[in-house]
Amino acid sequence: MADPPTPSIDDLPKALPDAPHLRLPYVWILPVIVVLAGVFVAIHDKIAQGESIEIRFRTADDLEPNKTKIRYKAVEIGDVKEIRVSKDRKEVIVEARIHRDARDYLVEDTRFWVVRPRITGANVTGLGTLVSGAYIGVDVGHSTVQSRQFTGLEVPPIVTSGLPGHEYVLHAGDIGSLSVGSGVFYRHISAGQVVAYSLDPGGASVTIKVFINSPYDTFVTRETRFWQASGIDMSIDSEGVRLHTESLAAVLEGGVAFQPVGDGPPSPPLPADTAFTLFTDRERAMRESDTPAQTFVMYFKGSLRGLSAGAPVDLRGINIGEVKRLSVEYDRSAGMLRFPVEVDIFPQRVRGRSKGTAETAAGDESSDAAQRAIIDSMVAHGMRAELKTGNLLTGQKYVAVDVHGGAAKERVRWDQNPPVFPTASGGLEEIQDSIGSVAKKLDKVPYDQISMRLMATLASLDQTLRSTDRLMRQVDDRIAPQVDATLKEAQEAMRSAKDALSPNGPGQNELGATLLELSRAARSVSALADYLERHPESLIRGKPRDPP
Amino acid sequence: MSELLTGRQLGLLVCTRCRATVRANPVGRSRCPRCRAPLHARKPASLATTAALLVTAALLYIPANVLPVMHTHQLFSDEDDTIMSGVISLAQQGSWPIALLVFFASIVVPLLKLVALGEIVIASSRRSVRNAQQRSRLYRVIEFVGRWSMIDVFAVSLLVALVQIQSLAEIEVRPGALAFAAVVVLTMIAARSFDERLLWDAEQRG
Repeated sequence: MADPPTPSIDDLPKALPDAPHLRLPYVWILPVIVVLAGVFVAIHDKIAQGESIEIRFRTADDLEPNKTKIRYKAVEIGDVKEIRVSKDRKEVIVEARIHRDARDYLVEDTRFWVVRPRITGANVTGLGTLVSGAYIGVDVGHSTVQSRQFTGLEVPPIVTSGLPGHEYVLHAGDIGSLSVGSGVFYRHISAGQVVAYSLDPGGASVTIKVFINSPYDTFVTRETRFWQASGIDMSIDSEGVRLHTESLAAVLEGGVAFQPVGDGPPSPPLPADTAFTLFTDRERAMRESDTPAQTFVMYFKGSLRGLSAGAPVDLRGINIGEVKRLSVEYDRSAGMLRFPVEVDIFPQRVRGRSKGTAETAAGDESSDAAQRAIIDSMVAHGMRAELKTGNLLTGQKYVAVDVHGGAAKERVRWDQNPPVFPTASGGLEEIQDSIGSVAKKLDKVPYDQISMRLMATLASLDQTLRSTDRLMRQVDDRIAPQVDATLKEAQEAMRSAKDALSPNGPGQNELGATLLELSRAARSVSALADYLERHPESLIRGKPRDPP
Repeated sequence: MSELLTGRQLGLLVCTRCRATVRANPVGRSRCPRCRAPLHARKPASLATTAALLVTAALLYIPANVLPVMHTHQLFSDEDDTIMSGVISLAQQGSWPIALLVFFASIVVPLLKLVALGEIVIASSRRSVRNAQQRSRLYRVIEFVGRWSMIDVFAVSLLVALVQIQSLAEIEVRPGALAFAAVVVLTMIAARSFDERLLWDAEQRG
């Protein structure tokens, strides 16, 4: 610190004066800001933490605390915080936090389910969750009552509440191959899904709920028929083999099809939850519009083999009903078995197709008595039922109703229940009978004797043929040379004849002269004949002398 | 140890900009006659500023370590990592050197900086002269080592920029990183704003 030329402090320049100004330690605002920010974040977090809810599931498969998200329309609205087993150990309770802004979604009928990969017959869903892990899906309900306790669905709902469309109710005898999620088809277009089904109390039928998406729900009208479009519908009946399928999806997992019956103008769509009947097949659905049916019993003489329930009742090719039931009964009075065939006939079908002519009948077609009168008159005119074979290949039979001119007088026995319709043994049966008798007669022919005779005859025929053969050979050997010589001689004779007849031959001139003479002679004969005709007396008196 | 004179005692000021040594204005503030920069015997409000920055940094140190620094989204997992959990997972994967480096650079060093600077500030405000030399050395170490603490922030920002394979793997910055960066920056500024000469002022009075 002792530099040799130490400059005097006083030599140093003087600092310039500066205006005094206030200096606050403003940096202290920083920690204040940080603290304030911390408090703000803490409060915000506390608020944004959202609502704590409990969802009950059967298992906690694929769910993980702090990882599994809750998503509404694929937007995250919360996450799973804790999973524990319920006290009764039957379920798991998933505790989740829902973001504050999704608080309004937590109403009574809000549904929760676990979205995980699912592969059903025609659907593959949730593939994304294979990679990302499962999440909990939400469908917000319509209720206004808030709730914090929910029971999760085990299967994702088919129809979420936002989907436009309507739900309808179908009644059916059985569920067929339908299941929840089966398609509903309108003219083979996928138009909705089966949402739920349940067995009716009593267990005699099932109720199926279907959801039909907009805009197809507008086609559900009073004329609409629903039928099972499940799988492959193959039927063998008197009309042959028929194969009918809906789309491949329906083949795989069943489906329901619907369509309006007839081609009438479109009716106004029906409100949701309208009940319909679910028919077993399309044909039945389209056909059975014309109930009520009139049930008859028919007793046929022949075998009922080939006739089955569902076989058509045919009026000259027009289907007017179907066979309902076949059975056997003991007829006490006759001491014999009878085979009643119960058929349903739809009289309206007959009438509907002859409306123009049967206006009076149509007027009071509701009247039972009028109906009976019509049937009675038809029976009186010889209308009978008979069994006919519809398909020779399958042997299926049907009931044909037709007018038989020469039928014995009979009538419908209305006193029975159901009334008995008169029958006639069918044409084919008669043919069968006559064929039978022919066969019997053929049977009596002594085929073995005939065949033995035939054998003998054939043997002698063989012999004859052989001797003929021998004869022919003799002819060849002996007669042929002689024939040859004879022919040669004949040829010679012919040649000389030819020479004689040639125009320059010697005989020819003489022949000409002779012919000339002959014609002269003929002329004189003709003159003679002429004279004789004019003077027949000359034959007796001779030719008179020429007058001088 | 012989008495050491200071400029202040002689009524001299050194311009921190152009290093001109001038006589102080006896009344009021001074300005450098050469470069016109304001002249101070000591950095104004140095202790208060440093203390404020330190407090702020200390406050931010909590979220920096508690909140996640980054969010890793991989094909099968989503993960939030704090600094400590990052260190642990590095250690579990066997990358001990890196784990140690991160641990020291990101957890120990900032903490030490906070504690040491705090001690220095407190000691200076109390005008304690004991161990002033050690404090001075410590201060220099802190100043030197300060920038290295940013290693974590660099790592995260690099990763975020590099790993952006949509849906397969993605890394996002989380607020922890922000707080951590703030801690590092604030401690650096705090170190800068501390006037080292304050360490020795007490001795002068003493």
